[in-house]
Amino acid sequence: MAAASSQTMLPDFSLSPRIDQVGVEERAARFTTRSIKKESKLNGLKLILNMIDLTTLEGKDTDGKVKQLCYKAMHLHDAVPGLPTVAAVCVYPSMVKVARKALEGSGIKVASVSTAFPSGQAPRDIKLRDTRFAVSEGADEIDMVISRGRFHAGEYNFVFDEIAAIKEACGDARLKVILETGELGTYDKVRRASDIAMYAGADFIKTSTGKIQPAATMPVTLVMLEAIRDFYYKTGKMIGMKPAGGISKSKLALHYLVMLKEVLGEDWLTNEWFRFGASSLANDVLMQIVKEHTGVYQSANYFSVD
Amino acid sequence: MAVTRKKAAPKKSSTKKSNTVKLKFDTGWSYDPAPESRSAATIKPQYDLFINGQWQKPSGKKYFATTNPATEEKLSEVADANAADVNKAVSAARTAYDKVWSKMPARERAKYIFRISRMVQEKARELAVIETLDGGKPIRESRDFDVPTAANHFFYYAGWADKLEYAFPNRQVAPLGVAGQIIPWNFPLLMAAWKIAPALATGNTVVLKPAETTPLTALKLAEIIQEADLPPGVVNIITGAGATGAAIVSHPDVNKIAFTGSTDVGKLIQRSIAGTNKKATLELGGKAANIIFEDAPLDQAVEGVINGIYFNQGHVCCAGSRLYVQESVAKTVIRKLKDRIETLIVGDPMDKNTDIGAINSKQQLETIHRYLDIGRREGAEMWESSCPLPRKGYFCRPTLFTNVAQSNRIAQEEIFGPVLSILTFRTDDEVIEKANNSPFGLSAGVWTDKGSKIFNLTRRMRAGVVWANTFNKFDPSSPFGGYKESGFGREGGLHGLMPYVDIK
Repeated sequence: MAAASSQTMLPDFSLSPRIDQVGVEERAARFTTRSIKKESKLNGLKLILNMIDLTTLEGKDTDGKVKQLCYKAMHLHDAVPGLPTVAAVCVYPSMVKVARKALEGSGIKVASVSTAFPSGQAPRDIKLRDTRFAVSEGADEIDMVISRGRFHAGEYNFVFDEIAAIKEACGDARLKVILETGELGTYDKVRRASDIAMYAGADFIKTSTGKIQPAATMPVTLVMLEAIRDFYYKTGKMIGMKPAGGISKSKLALHYLVMLKEVLGEDWLTNEWFRFGASSLANDVLMQIVKEHTGVYQSANYFSVD
Repeated sequence: MAVTRKKAAPKKSSTKKSNTVKLKFDTGWSYDPAPESRSAATIKPQYDLFINGQWQKPSGKKYFATTNPATEEKLSEVADANAADVNKAVSAARTAYDKVWSKMPARERAKYIFRISRMVQEKARELAVIETLDGGKPIRESRDFDVPTAANHFFYYAGWADKLEYAFPNRQVAPLGVAGQIIPWNFPLLMAAWKIAPALATGNTVVLKPAETTPLTALKLAEIIQEADLPPGVVNIITGAGATGAAIVSHPDVNKIAFTGSTDVGKLIQRSIAGTNKKATLELGGKAANIIFEDAPLDQAVEGVINGIYFNQGHVCCAGSRLYVQESVAKTVIRKLKDRIETLIVGDPMDKNTDIGAINSKQQLETIHRYLDIGRREGAEMWESSCPLPRKGYFCRPTLFTNVAQSNRIAQEEIFGPVLSILTFRTDDEVIEKANNSPFGLSAGVWTDKGSKIFNLTRRMRAGVVWANTFNKFDPSSPFGGYKESGFGREGGLHGLMPYVDIK
């Protein structure tokens, strides 16, 4: 089959397109000059809410904390009727069952980090078991981390095979591959890691764990969106994008949305293909939405902090 | 292997045949209008000539209209200066030079120039709005580029005024006298700054004529100069068309001509001053080669091509209007370019989201259309954005031609519009030969990841400015000017002082 053979023809990842730092940062900055007002702002904000992966990834996470977060996910701000829910709740594998039950019937997905998140420094069989456990507990989506050490050592085949193996362990769950761009160092390497992840079977590529600084930035996200576009040109297959960490203000989230729209177009403007990994973004977006309705900002006390 | 099988038959319906995949940019979430307020600007119904620090009626009593190219509405009318008015302006400049400006300590001159730059910054919003109304360029550009760069130019040359002995070590320099300056319609305020700032810093006085389609920001600058209390006659700003410019050029008491504009007019000027001892700098047309090698960072190169040719509707003398792409990546680059062009917003220049505004004049729009016809008749393949155009005003879709050869007129002549000609090449030597194969030599661009290739090319390129992995970047400290029919003399930087001084 022609389509299959063109997909199995893997590129040489050491020849992934080079990125010019000055150029990509300039381009990313230009998206921020778009002026988003009125109806387009309100629609954008609602879309952003609907794209959020509401996240808690702490050592001190408990059933209680996760249940409260799930309630928030379903009832973002009941004072304003007609608001969407978030896209998913993102937790550790041990919390998947709790989240699954709490979100029953809401349509909100359960995402789970796995593969010895956030460092990924564990043998492959442990990573596979970690993944299978999360899936068997009811995770709809798996957020894995790549082995950055191996990647820096130039062992691209290792990184590729690992992603492919995790993808297989995911079964029907969608796989998000976290590159941890803050540890990759250059845009060239972000691009190379994106290519490896997509060809190895990622459904989404994701910037960061949120545990390393810098987390998501607009230029890094732009590099990854362009990688997705090139992959789409070549294979016709859509890949999702998830910037995570550091996006806590609605204005910045709107800039990301503008960037998404102008790089990948309308087909990606849905939570099936774009997510924000964030814990505090939702309330800022809600505050803006309420302001659009009432004309005044309300204090943070009016927005729940689950 | 199970993984491969899964990829070949994916469950999600997200896979399409790759030769039919197309990104969609025209539906769904769109931006609401975000117009800049017109009330930020005061435009008088009529402007006189700014001579000797005062607004004077034109002796011919004639005025002509200046219009908004985006709406075709009249904005104001400005005086048409005749030879008598030019004479008045030149003698005012001469008197100011003899009695005041050439005698003033350089550090005092600097203070005036600093004051002008500060006031340009203070009135930035008003200047940007007027520039956009009068010329049709998007407010994003006049706000983020034209006005701040103009202010920077004054700042930069203010700094040089009392340091000329360091600019020309062990030499003595003297000003020339009266400088006659004629500027174009593509960057009206910025070009005024490019001309006036170095002239004043070196101790010359000025008679400046803005283009007839875009006189308003220069007249606003005259108001600023008046408010800055510059001694009367040091800067005179007079409006008019070609005849006014010709009167400045041929005036016997003008010591130096600085002109930016078309190559044809540049040749006329050169002829007219032959046999006199007038100095001249001419900054004329261009047909810049923008060269993309297969190892270039392609997405950034595409963005550079966009900035190179669609910046200011392509009304840029150094625009990257000839794109040379190495054949191995030509298909990819053209596809990316088309997708990028589809996201350019064409329309109301006052809207903050507009990327491409109005063509400066009806006449220029006709010139562009004529070249589009020429290109099609020559057999090149034309492609344009699918964007809608406003019903009123002079607008042109961003356009590109593929299947272009060196022999095509659209690859040789300056179109001065949002029209890109794309040619392909195979080797380094070939592209250098092709890039230099032009009567122009103003600017060029090189896109490659390999440093040695950049140095090889820039050394052999006959162009005044060569940008590497970027395009259309301007800084007051960087000299700008052309080879061949793109003119001579340099503006900007240390080099920009030289055309305004006698070096002893």
